[in-house]
Amino acid sequence: MSGGPHRLARGGRIDRDRPIRCEFDGRPLAGFAGDTLASALLANGITLVGRSFKYHRPRGLLAAGVEEPNALVTVGDGGRTTPNLPATTVEMRTGLRARRQNGWPSVDVDLGALNGWLAPLLPAGFYYKTLMGPRRGSWMWYEPFIRRAAGLGRAVHERDPDRYDARHAFTDVLVIGAGPAGLAAALAAAAAGAEVLLVEQDSALGGSLLAAPVTGSLERWRSQLETAVRSTPTIEVLTRTTALGAYDGRTVALLERHDHADPDPDPDRGAARETVVTLRARAIVTATGAFERPLLFADNDRPGVMLASAARTYLNRYAIAPGRRALVATCTDAGWLTALDLAAAGTAVTVVEQRDEIAEPLVAAARGAGIDVRTGAMVTRALGTRGVAGARVESRASGRAQRLDCDVLCVSGGWSPTLHLTSHTGRKPRYRPELDAFVPEDWAAGDFGAGAVVGAYSSAAAVESGLAAGRAAATFCGCVSTADPPTAPTAPAEADEPTALAAALPPPRRGRGRTFVDLQNDVTVKDVALAHDEGYGAVEHLKRYTTLGMGTDQGRTSNVNAIATLASLGARGVGETGTTTFRPPFTPVSVGALAARSVGRHFRPIRRSPLEPWHLANGATMIEAGPWLRPWFYAWAGSDVGSAYREEMRLVRSGVGVSDVSSLGKIDVQGPDAAQFLNRVYVNGFAKLAVGKARYGVMLNDDATVLDDGTTARFGEHRYFMTTTTAQAGEVMSWLEFLLQTAWPELRVQVVSVTDAWAGMSVAGPRAREALERALPGVDVSNDALPHMGVREVVLDGVPLRVLRLSFSGELAYELYVPATRGISLWEHLLAAAAPLGIKPYGLEALASLRIEKGHVAGLELDHRNTLDDLGLGKLASGDKAYVGRALRARPALQAEDRWSLVGLECLDAGARLRGGSILFASGDAIAGHGRGYVTSVTFSTVLGKTIALGLYQGGLRHRGEEIVCAFPLKGETVRARIVSPMFIDPEGTRLHV
Amino acid sequence: MLRIPCPHCGERDYTEFRYGGDASKTRPAHDERDVRAWHDHVFVFTNPRGPHREYWQHVQGCRQWLILERDTATNAVGTARLARDGTPA
Amino acid sequence: MTERYSALALARHALTGARWPRAWRRADPKPHYDVVIIGGGGHGLATAYYLAKNHRVTRVAVLERAVIGSGNVGRNTTLVRSNYLLDGNTQFFEHSLRLWEGLSHELNFNVMLSQRGQIVLAHGPSQLDVLARKGNVMRLNGIDAELLDRGEVERLLPYLDFSERARFPIHGGLLQRRAGTVRHDAVAWGYARAASELGVDIIEHCEVTGFLREGDRVIGVETSRGRIGADRTAISVAGHTSQVAALAGLRVPVESHLLQAFVTEPIKPFVDHVISFGAELFYISQSDKGGLVFGGHIDGFNSYTQRGQFPKVQTVAECAVALIPSISRLRLLRHWAGIQDMTPDGSPFIGRTPLRDLYLNGGWCYQGFKATPAAGWCFAHTIAHAEAHPLIEHFSLERFLDGNGYDEYGLGNWTYRQ
Repeated sequence: MSGGPHRLARGGRIDRDRPIRCEFDGRPLAGFAGDTLASALLANGITLVGRSFKYHRPRGLLAAGVEEPNALVTVGDGGRTTPNLPATTVEMRTGLRARRQNGWPSVDVDLGALNGWLAPLLPAGFYYKTLMGPRRGSWMWYEPFIRRAAGLGRAVHERDPDRYDARHAFTDVLVIGAGPAGLAAALAAAAAGAEVLLVEQDSALGGSLLAAPVTGSLERWRSQLETAVRSTPTIEVLTRTTALGAYDGRTVALLERHDHADPDPDPDRGAARETVVTLRARAIVTATGAFERPLLFADNDRPGVMLASAARTYLNRYAIAPGRRALVATCTDAGWLTALDLAAAGTAVTVVEQRDEIAEPLVAAARGAGIDVRTGAMVTRALGTRGVAGARVESRASGRAQRLDCDVLCVSGGWSPTLHLTSHTGRKPRYRPELDAFVPEDWAAGDFGAGAVVGAYSSAAAVESGLAAGRAAATFCGCVSTADPPTAPTAPAEADEPTALAAALPPPRRGRGRTFVDLQNDVTVKDVALAHDEGYGAVEHLKRYTTLGMGTDQGRTSNVNAIATLASLGARGVGETGTTTFRPPFTPVSVGALAARSVGRHFRPIRRSPLEPWHLANGATMIEAGPWLRPWFYAWAGSDVGSAYREEMRLVRSGVGVSDVSSLGKIDVQGPDAAQFLNRVYVNGFAKLAVGKARYGVMLNDDATVLDDGTTARFGEHRYFMTTTTAQAGEVMSWLEFLLQTAWPELRVQVVSVTDAWAGMSVAGPRAREALERALPGVDVSNDALPHMGVREVVLDGVPLRVLRLSFSGELAYELYVPATRGISLWEHLLAAAAPLGIKPYGLEALASLRIEKGHVAGLELDHRNTLDDLGLGKLASGDKAYVGRALRARPALQAEDRWSLVGLECLDAGARLRGGSILFASGDAIAGHGRGYVTSVTFSTVLGKTIALGLYQGGLRHRGEEIVCAFPLKGETVRARIVSPMFIDPEGTRLHV
Repeated sequence: MLRIPCPHCGERDYTEFRYGGDASKTRPAHDERDVRAWHDHVFVFTNPRGPHREYWQHVQGCRQWLILERDTATNAVGTARLARDGTPA
Repeated sequence: MTERYSALALARHALTGARWPRAWRRADPKPHYDVVIIGGGGHGLATAYYLAKNHRVTRVAVLERAVIGSGNVGRNTTLVRSNYLLDGNTQFFEHSLRLWEGLSHELNFNVMLSQRGQIVLAHGPSQLDVLARKGNVMRLNGIDAELLDRGEVERLLPYLDFSERARFPIHGGLLQRRAGTVRHDAVAWGYARAASELGVDIIEHCEVTGFLREGDRVIGVETSRGRIGADRTAISVAGHTSQVAALAGLRVPVESHLLQAFVTEPIKPFVDHVISFGAELFYISQSDKGGLVFGGHIDGFNSYTQRGQFPKVQTVAECAVALIPSISRLRLLRHWAGIQDMTPDGSPFIGRTPLRDLYLNGGWCYQGFKATPAAGWCFAHTIAHAEAHPLIEHFSLERFLDGNGYDEYGLGNWTYRQ
């Protein structure tokens, strides 16, 4: 197998013993291991790889790496469909299926190219000037066409079957990029005693050296460097790993790709497609190299126009002749290296050099290689449509133009250091005219640069700067080197490549054809000029107005050319114009990799009651309650919540039921000053709470809104047990700690969360005492021994048990707490012992409904907006003691009589239902505006036989007895209701004191 | 990733902590009833662009509230101390 | 002068090759203006436009430290809606949405208002009740709102996670069809062009370094381009509110926090609506260019760095996949951050300050962009009449003193929790 007609017989870094067939546009495509999809396409003569975004112009391969703007393909099928991947980054592998995108009916015959004819009507930002009429809202008519035309590839709505992983890592020195500079930096840092992590996005180490001929001295040197790195145990090397972004604290997000061998990893075997690594480094060496820039001339987007460095890569790394007749248009010495390699491979080469003066050895070498050399000349236009057929070349001195034939047009317009990562952390680059490039400046402590990113362009210079940076980074980490100055394998003479260059000439302003600055987004020099004319000449405006640099390539090849174009339009110089800010990620990253394992049921951790196994085994339907899963209702009571909760309520009101309250927040408060502490944080008095007693309490925030309510029991002189609501447990805990540690450090109190230490269950109902007597015969739970709000602590069979006579439901009730591991046994024991009483479990819905009947406030009333008085709890606040929130509670608007405050509501319309979220109006009010209140919680009262609700109403219970209107316009309903006490049952509390 | 040097637990990711806002303000006395004093404490911020003294609680570690020096213009993290030790003069 | 935009004008330029004029005049500072507005963002430019248009106050300067539109107006997630609960907010944001609906024509600049509808999801019965309350209020104020049950949400958005695997199952949602997105940059440019046309001076690269005072009266500003006198001075600088107010000796209830935004690579139409997750603060829409735009929660601590923390990027990605599992395969293209001016109660301050002739508009929290037209409209009125516009009376700087906090979200008076 040849691996394609354009494949050279020898050379390259491909593995000719491992031929690979993949599928491209439904047809087989042959290549070798080591190929990218791009190189395989080129080897097979497929040069039309995509269609451009706006004008649907035919496009080929401009680059050989991540900077590729044109050759975006869709890879995979079904849930694995991945659009917009640069073919230059897709490794050839068996089973790969890829296709071209953005052409209709096909990329080869694309009707979208008609846009090209309309181009004069569609300049940058044309949509800001039109598509507005004829009426308001007309844009909604045009927009679907625009949206369908935009958008590059097509994604699918199938679930991604692959897994992703995340991990955390630490290192002394992170070296980003394994070109000559990075390899040297890693060696130097390791030699100084640092632990080093070297990351490289490519599959191989060597960076720019990978584009050198495999038979030359540079490759031998590269191989020595690699061996040295690989054999150093303190250097960890990660290939196929991209540094996505640099963040504060010298944290770098990395993406490891694992799908190079197998496009369909088996998720059932746990194989991850990609892993995101959050890496914290003590020092960072950025050795990310530089991207080559294309030249600006008319129709510079034709397939066959290719970066010189890319042509050299395809030639030397992939053993592909990119053309038979090459024209190298350049203003850099680097272009000449490509020309020499092409010539050596038998390609007919012409060099069109913008500069007049070139280092003599280069010219001599070129002439010696049979290269046609034209200095002081520039390409003004590429010829050919679906592929380059030649170029119009103009002499700078005479202005004379001639046509030169070629089938590949290599361009070299200078280098743009890859300063994305340093830009992420806010480091401003500076323009250096001698390099015609923006170079990172203003390095932070612990950040170092090496190689082309700091302008050290030759391989030898890169290694030198890498050694220095690696050593400095290790020193920064506190490594004290005992070794000699670090060295790397000696560089051959060829590593001292010529690197002279001149700023590329501005494109000709006249003549036919369009000159593209940003190939992916189809932004032309004319668009840049238009933006400049209209006052969008600042780089940030230019970017936003023309979309220049906003593509998936993030403008890697276009940014500086755009700035230079602006400068040539009479704006400020390149340096003063400045560059835009680069944002993470460096290359696009799948959302799935970022989400990693936190998907599906694992999106957020589930908090589980220690009793959950019993619930699941005994017919409970569970419901999410914040992070918790709680029993909603039980099968014994019914098959749907609507009927089951009523059955469970009836049980509690008439017999006895038990519910799991383990999710309540539980805080142990201990210390000599505990009473005083509680007396400060609760609005009501806790100073005099007796041992063996519990009290209901409410806490306010500093701003006097209600923070939480709950009960606190006193089990000993200095020992209290606080319960909080499930929702606010964490907030309350942190708040108590805050007060103790910042405001009142003099108080001798410790608080500790024991939420997970205790299982909690509430036994409620008129027969609750009987149930306890049967289950806990050794514990005196008589009304005398354990009156309402009484608590006691016992040890039964070595197991501590806390019994608190508290009620949420309004019935005689006890909360029992045992160590979490003993929860199920107590629960089962209770159910068994009290079975003759008909005890059954009840769930969250019944729990919530019972409290509505009793008028207890809960989550829907405690919404952070309400004050103590709003909830009818104002009388709790002691007038004579200070408590958190007291001062701001006195503010006039919080004391206004017409505030919305807690009321009970009874439905007056038979057969109608009250709904939560209804808006309340006085009868006679116009049903409009914001009303006088709203319904918070609704239930069917089994006791009263009708729907009841809690709500907040302007003026509250001052309107008791009034008939009002509950409006629910979302369903077109209005229902009459009466304002009543929120304590629907047993307002005197006789049931509690039996 | 902000990294916060917890005096007890060492340098940790900020995600282990709960932010508690400006620590340079002095909380009014517990029995202070002046609304303006509490208003200014609760609602008004200097919000500097530059050095900021702020509360963080190491909720996933030692549960201690810390006072951290951090520059809001650069996110550069300075020293942290236990809040219970009081603010430095 | 400015040339009217139309398809015909585009054709004429295409045929003749004539150059387009500047969208807004380049202006140098004059010694004195009737009104100086600090901040060339969406709000400042809108304020200038409505001062000139509604109140005939045309001797107005907008001073911008960098270039116009370089702050939050160009960094946000472009959402506009009027699904607000509290009395005052509902009317204000509906006024804003109505202005959005006519804005392209008003400005002769296509801001591409795309009323694709916003669905806020509920993941449990009580959450749906909370949404119902809001929806009822909207309907009672003449605003469109529809309450959807699980089945209705599934018919509309079948690609959400309705499977057994969903950690927070979808219970229902609230739909506002008139909500949608706007091309954010166009808002700044459109207002700038229209204001400039009416005589407003837009002065870029002009940083305010101090205020000129006469007793407790502000009479102008000191800038990097010299002193500029003003009868009235207005601050409209979003995340930099505290800094600029401090130049006048004011401390305000604002903290500056980071809010990140996210965009994926462009793809063909994938998500038609704006969808808000109910389990955590997260929302998603698709831009006309094809990128999915995500927004989430603030990073959670004061910062002016305009760059976010990586864990928040992961959190937002988790929400995206939890909401729409097929997003997993799509690739995040960019994420960035704006400096968001957070207030204790989540509501803004707009109106007068303790200093005479100094006005303040700031503290918009998550809502600055969608408020732009109405904020400009009402702020202009307030400045022109030296009296708060009725729609913004409740957004006073002193509201916490008398206890009139305005907590739309019910998250409590702590900026960093919101």
